[in-house]
Amino acid sequence: MNLFSIVEEIEKIDPEFNDRISPRRDAIKNITSFGSKVAVAAIPFALGNLFKKAYGQTASASVISVLNFALTLELLEATFYNNGMNASGLVTDTSYIAQIQADENKHVAFLTSAISAAGGTPVTASDFVYLDFTGGSGSMAGPFTGVFTNYQTFLAVAETFEDTGVRAYKGQAPNLLGNQTYLTAALDIHAVEARHASAIRYLRSSKYGATVLPWITSAASGSTDTSGAASNDTGVAAVNANYGGATPENTTVQGGVNILNLPSATSSTTTVAAATAAFDEPLTMAEVLAILVPAFTKPTS
Amino acid sequence: MKTETDLTNVNVNMARRSFLRYAGAGVAGIGLLSVASSCHKDHNVAPTAGVTDVGSGDIGILNFAYALEQLEAAFYLQVIATPYANMPSIELAYLTDIRDHEVCHREFFKAALGTSAIKGLTPDFSKIDFTSRTSVLGVAKAFEDLGVTAYDGIAYNIQNAAYLSIAGSIVSVEARHAALIGNLITQGNFVSSDQVDTNGLNISNKPSVVLAGANAYLKTKVSANSFS
Repeated sequence: MNLFSIVEEIEKIDPEFNDRISPRRDAIKNITSFGSKVAVAAIPFALGNLFKKAYGQTASASVISVLNFALTLELLEATFYNNGMNASGLVTDTSYIAQIQADENKHVAFLTSAISAAGGTPVTASDFVYLDFTGGSGSMAGPFTGVFTNYQTFLAVAETFEDTGVRAYKGQAPNLLGNQTYLTAALDIHAVEARHASAIRYLRSSKYGATVLPWITSAASGSTDTSGAASNDTGVAAVNANYGGATPENTTVQGGVNILNLPSATSSTTTVAAATAAFDEPLTMAEVLAILVPAFTKPTS
Repeated sequence: MKTETDLTNVNVNMARRSFLRYAGAGVAGIGLLSVASSCHKDHNVAPTAGVTDVGSGDIGILNFAYALEQLEAAFYLQVIATPYANMPSIELAYLTDIRDHEVCHREFFKAALGTSAIKGLTPDFSKIDFTSRTSVLGVAKAFEDLGVTAYDGIAYNIQNAAYLSIAGSIVSVEARHAALIGNLITQGNFVSSDQVDTNGLNISNKPSVVLAGANAYLKTKVSANSFS
């Protein structure tokens, strides 16, 4: 990001921008101190702070709500990997899992800083009554019992978490339409979640013989697959909902274009496998929360 | 070849009508976008001779994506047509899947854009040794990484939520490709520090940076002068 070209752009729209910010030395000083407290790469949010102070506005409630939703997911993911790495003898592929653990904890720190900088109150681990990675609504005896003692169960849950994270961020993108700072950051995290999803799927397939590809390859469905049965390629029926929804993973019509009718490398049509794998579909906030609450977590209020 | 092209065009025109209706961007909508973008962009948008410019507004962004998908599709078509020496069957399967996804993306944008689409681009793969696994996977990683940074970098300019959703649906698949290719080159190399920053965010790039990378592999040079 080039700060100077952005200021130049703003001046075209608001010629008084420099006048607005230059007399307010406190604001500028605060930005500097904010910038020094967070990693250099968090500069986009320091810039968000600049806008807030210059215009006396905070990020809109809807933007903060999106960021807190993202932070909730990241807290779940970070805790999941922290617990897994702490479970004695569980993780054998530390070169994979430790990198993902580090990224998820960085996302927590980044979003927490961003929400504070935008004038919001970030959610924390104490805002949950429980985190139950067995999916047992707090009983710790749900369908994924053994998630921290059985490595294959751990990897299967990790795969679903990452795929769901990708879908969740994607679903929030339209709520950040046109917002350079927050949309770009959200999509940048979204891409990293997709990298994680690909890596876990590759690991399960290449090393442990699971029949999954790095991309979600769904079966055809005659009607919208809200249950996710035809969309779920993990072989774990308990996570069907993570792949279903109003726009399920097996969608083959994108933006009104029927992908199956498009020419492919070897034919005048496209296969269901290619058409479903070439596009990842979103989940709405309500759909994600219905999956996570109360099976995996319960907010305090 | 000719026959196939004609068949494709039938699909394309029908698909385009439904796409534009879905996205709420009929002819009037496109006109509006053009006006809006010319209001606040004073940068030089004069076309350069011999260079294909993607245009402005949401149509320009879709064409920018179409250009990149054309490049990626052409690359993987060649990879599968002339596999590198002793390509393991699993790598053949993965790279064939990726080829099919990229062709899918290319054909999607072509259909969606219809008569607004830029022309078919001619690639220049003279620097790639398709017999070498190292060369092919190295270029594949560069293209996938570049694609991710391109979509993430231009997304905030998109004005229509339907287009933004579709860009989001494609970029995560590109990221899945990028991570796989990284792992094929070196196990565990799926969030390399040159692509993911210290906050755990994927880097993003301005169109000018992306096109500087893409044009190195294109005979038909592409510009995106409206998105400086």
